Amino acid sequence: MLLDLSIQTLAQKLRGKEISSADLIRESYAQIDRFDKKVNSVITLVDQEEVIEKAKNVRFTSPLSGIPFVMKDAYLTKGVRTTAASKILDDFIPPYSATVYRRLEEAGAILIGKLNMDAWGHGASTENTDYDPTKNPWDMTRSAGGSGGGPAAAIASRFCSFGIGEDTGGSIRNPAAWNNISAMKVTYGRVSRYGAIAYASSLDTMGPTAKLVEDCAYVLEVIAGHDPYDATSSSHPVSSYVKELRQSIRGKRLAFPTEFYGDALDGEIKEAIAKAREEFVSLGAIVEEVSLPLLEHGVSVYYILAPSETSSNLSRYDGIRYGNGRDLFTRETKRRIMTGTYALSSGYYDAYYKKAQKARSLFIDQYAKLLSRYDALLAPVTPIMPPKFGQLLDDPVKNMMADLYTVPVNIIGLPSLALPCGFGKDGLPIGMQLVGRMFSEGELFALGHAYQESTDWHRKQPVMLER
Amino acid sequence: MKGKAPKSTKTTPVLTKKDIDHLARLASLPLTAKQSDELTEQVGVTVHYVSQLQALPTEGVTETSQVTGLENVFREDEIDPARMLTQAEALSNAKRTYNGFFIVDRVLEEK
Repeated sequence: MLLDLSIQTLAQKLRGKEISSADLIRESYAQIDRFDKKVNSVITLVDQEEVIEKAKNVRFTSPLSGIPFVMKDAYLTKGVRTTAASKILDDFIPPYSATVYRRLEEAGAILIGKLNMDAWGHGASTENTDYDPTKNPWDMTRSAGGSGGGPAAAIASRFCSFGIGEDTGGSIRNPAAWNNISAMKVTYGRVSRYGAIAYASSLDTMGPTAKLVEDCAYVLEVIAGHDPYDATSSSHPVSSYVKELRQSIRGKRLAFPTEFYGDALDGEIKEAIAKAREEFVSLGAIVEEVSLPLLEHGVSVYYILAPSETSSNLSRYDGIRYGNGRDLFTRETKRRIMTGTYALSSGYYDAYYKKAQKARSLFIDQYAKLLSRYDALLAPVTPIMPPKFGQLLDDPVKNMMADLYTVPVNIIGLPSLALPCGFGKDGLPIGMQLVGRMFSEGELFALGHAYQESTDWHRKQPVMLER
Repeated sequence: MKGKAPKSTKTTPVLTKKDIDHLARLASLPLTAKQSDELTEQVGVTVHYVSQLQALPTEGVTETSQVTGLENVFREDEIDPARMLTQAEALSNAKRTYNGFFIVDRVLEEK
């Protein structure tokens, strides 16, 4: 099928008139029609006729022109319902668009749907949604991950060519790992947050997710860059990620932090990453074991900072100017608002919030020292395989521990590329992450692309698609 | 690290139902009695877990509140028409409006 092809190949075929954008769109809707009753990745589907009309008039100004994509339902899309997977915004129609969406529209990419997630980004399993959980296309009894489970499951199910996710504590990387796809958690400030529904403002990042590392590079090149509407967006020049992608990785230095491979890590994941490590060595990279002793404090720092910021961000939902009442927040979201309110409240502020901000400085120092000697860290994305439904929800500690390996990166602001690196004995996908220095997305793409050129994990598809 | 919360000890704060009801008022969250009970336990577990951070020495460390490295990002104090909503757009998602205004509940009470 066409949606198995890379963005580069699709762009060539579209320009050569071998295929039309409308063909791609029809394939997307047919796939959704066939599989999404089971997978449940879509919250709002854009009207097919409207989309095909857009596809017929598309001008080929960028490699993304005419290509169908989805967004996690956390981005404002003018005229298209945006819910953040919460009943509070069940009937919210944004009067303006997020910068990321505007840039993709200008590049001619075609939005087909707004996808499922944990409400407000609060979760690692897409069970904390008011629109029923998204199922993992690799095993329907298991979670598709979260918070961006919808876009990841949709890409694995070939509903679209790429997706836009968001990562505050692992929300783009965790579902990528559990759905056998790739995703880039960008450097904080690399992509504008304007018009993205805020979870935790100092941690939120907007990024691409797709079948291939290479596809993510094409998408990031379009969405990255300074935005006058987001004062925290960076003026750091945007590289040509597509060019950097093809750089040699010979002699690159990878750090293998031993703390990431302790008791908390599932044995199958440990084994898969050990093999990936060998693969990198055979590709000419140098891999050395290092120590990052702060890791064990990452979850505590994150679960003080993120709930604190979310308790403030979510205070705007009062049902006056838009949306419904605060009684509609889910239990998980109420838990986070209450935890954050506690950490910020008089008498506890110094012991929790301020302490976590100090710890944040220590994390920045420890990783900076390490990344002055290495080009990237090689680490697992999650400590566990995709869980059965109910295993994470309503167990606050298990829920937090799912984020063990992903949250340090957000605390520091570093970029991290997640990509497939194997399967467990039950056929469930396993992912790894490559964490780099600030604004080193191009180097990470090169490492990930070299790995995908010499392995074929990313080509494997859920059995459901073969029938 | 084990994937389990440490056992509660007397030195760690344990939240009471009264604390939760106070926090709910601060956060403007309407809670049912059942939700309040559940949250007393669950927020307590979360707070207890993150209290492990107290073991990390941070004396003399400066706090980090943001990681951009940017300071004092200013812009001209000018209206950008491209960003403006019309009155109709601004009101388009409100449940209760009157003569082009949002309706809000009374916050002051008569004596």
